[in-house]
Amino acid sequence: MSTSAAGSGSPAPSAATVDRPGVIHARPVRHPWRWVAIAIIVVLVAMMISSLVTNPRWDFGFAFEIMQQTPVLEGLWKGTVFGTIASMILGVGLGVVLAVMRLSDNPVLRGVAFAYTWFFRAMPRYVLLAILGSLGFLYSQIRFGVPFGQQLAQSLGLSTDLTLFGFSWNDISSTIWVGIIGLGLSEAAYMAEIARAGILSVDKGQDEAARALGMSSGQRMRRIVLPQAMRVIVPPTGNETIAMVKDTSLLTAVPVLTELYYQAYLFGQRGFKIIPGFVAATLWYLIICSILMVGQSYLEKYFGRGFGAIPKKTKEKLMKIEADH
Amino acid sequence: MISDAPVIAGRPAPTGPPLVHAVNVMKSFHGNDVLKGIDMDVHKGQVVCLLGPSGSGKTTFLRCINQLETIDGGRIWVDGDLMGYADKGGVLHRLSDKAIAAQRRDIGMVFQRFNLFPHKTVLENVMEAPIQVKREPKKEVQQRAMELLAKVGLADKPAAYPGQLSGGQQQRVAIARALAMRPKLMLFDEPTSALDPELVGEVLTTMRELADTGMTMIVVTHEMGFARDVADRVVFMDGGVVVEEGPPSEVIGNPQNVRTKTFLRRMTEGG
Repeated sequence: MSTSAAGSGSPAPSAATVDRPGVIHARPVRHPWRWVAIAIIVVLVAMMISSLVTNPRWDFGFAFEIMQQTPVLEGLWKGTVFGTIASMILGVGLGVVLAVMRLSDNPVLRGVAFAYTWFFRAMPRYVLLAILGSLGFLYSQIRFGVPFGQQLAQSLGLSTDLTLFGFSWNDISSTIWVGIIGLGLSEAAYMAEIARAGILSVDKGQDEAARALGMSSGQRMRRIVLPQAMRVIVPPTGNETIAMVKDTSLLTAVPVLTELYYQAYLFGQRGFKIIPGFVAATLWYLIICSILMVGQSYLEKYFGRGFGAIPKKTKEKLMKIEADH
Repeated sequence: MISDAPVIAGRPAPTGPPLVHAVNVMKSFHGNDVLKGIDMDVHKGQVVCLLGPSGSGKTTFLRCINQLETIDGGRIWVDGDLMGYADKGGVLHRLSDKAIAAQRRDIGMVFQRFNLFPHKTVLENVMEAPIQVKREPKKEVQQRAMELLAKVGLADKPAAYPGQLSGGQQQRVAIARALAMRPKLMLFDEPTSALDPELVGEVLTTMRELADTGMTMIVVTHEMGFARDVADRVVFMDGGVVVEEGPPSEVIGNPQNVRTKTFLRRMTEGG
């Protein structure tokens, strides 16, 4: 019984030289329904193309023309692109500050950050922009100084009203800057939550290790925690940026009219061809957002260094190091 | 040489004031007393191993020394400095975060889970603190960092990211990172507990070499062999108090306390 220890069903080791199973060449599983799905999709796409090509009201020629008009391009650059970049800079910067405040030991800072987030998340952007555009009715002059400065100066017999600096709101009330302030303040509320999630995603041991090395709280946040949090922060920030591109169309509420959608719409309306105006705006939005998505994937790779897949450059560097010794 | 501490042939008999002087250290978490009055002196150049079952407070005590935990009672002095407080005429004033950070600079710590910075290369990990905290010139730090990496046997990995290294390699980088600050004292918090068994040896070898250079070390460990061979003194803790302490030959070789005996029997049965 010494050779049959493996059992009667499997061949004894001695017979292996003859009939040992080799490399598998199996037939794949058939997927007939895949072909059905493909057929349906092909038909639907063909229907769509035929409608786009045969319906003269699409008038793509006119849409392309609108895309290249100077006011439309001006709206694209000065309104949509510049507005997006500037309000995202404001939003991300303020958002990170709010996130750090929200996670601080100081209850006042925590409370302020919470209240800010609560208010600006509840506030529709369109309404916020409209209010900011009309703020001049409430405060024609914006002044920063000592509270009750006027009254205080009067009782002390001073000639100044203790204002440190001030400006007239009406001077900027229908410029892109009001739009940027509005969109940026609103964005900061969302970015604060994203940044907070990112900071919390970093292992506590990282902060402890930095602490044990004698790093200050600022150094720990800047050099250790935030760079790692970026891995979590970047993807949703990309989404926010893309959403912001589209939200710049709300600038008309301020009203700021140098903005892609309004300008394209205006050209369509003037030519009594409303659809090509929409098409022109849509195509520009698609182009801008596609570019942003490429940029986002590069950023994700950069902040993902040291995690998961190794970047090609590092790999080459490592190969060289390993070959050297 | 791994550190700047003088090489001492054999271990010295403790003379002069202790480097670490802990008196009646108490700590509780949410009303749960973890440390119930720990006294401990560690002299310069000594290696002290803290042994004890999990939950005995040995890791907490280690973290209290460099103030990753704030103590509720007692005092800890490191090299004559009262940790975490300024004593002004008998009244203790809590130190600012900045002052506490300054006190930590001279104390290196190695963690159970390595805690290397994953977004930085091995070399950047080692160079980070001397450059950022001590503001030392980059060239000098880089040279020292490469020497330290060579000492821990990783001279070929400066450009690697921690995620590309084995656990044992990561822990050796962590030791080099702590040494780059030229600490007076090194704290090890179960440095081999998170490692695969076949990687424990390389880290213990590095620690042995470090001990041979005369570095003062406090090591929380379950490695009985290391404690027996390297430690000058073994402290057995249980339930937040020091149960027994002395040379390893006595505490491990011939324990007097029942709790020490039970713990050691369990350790030898397990391994």
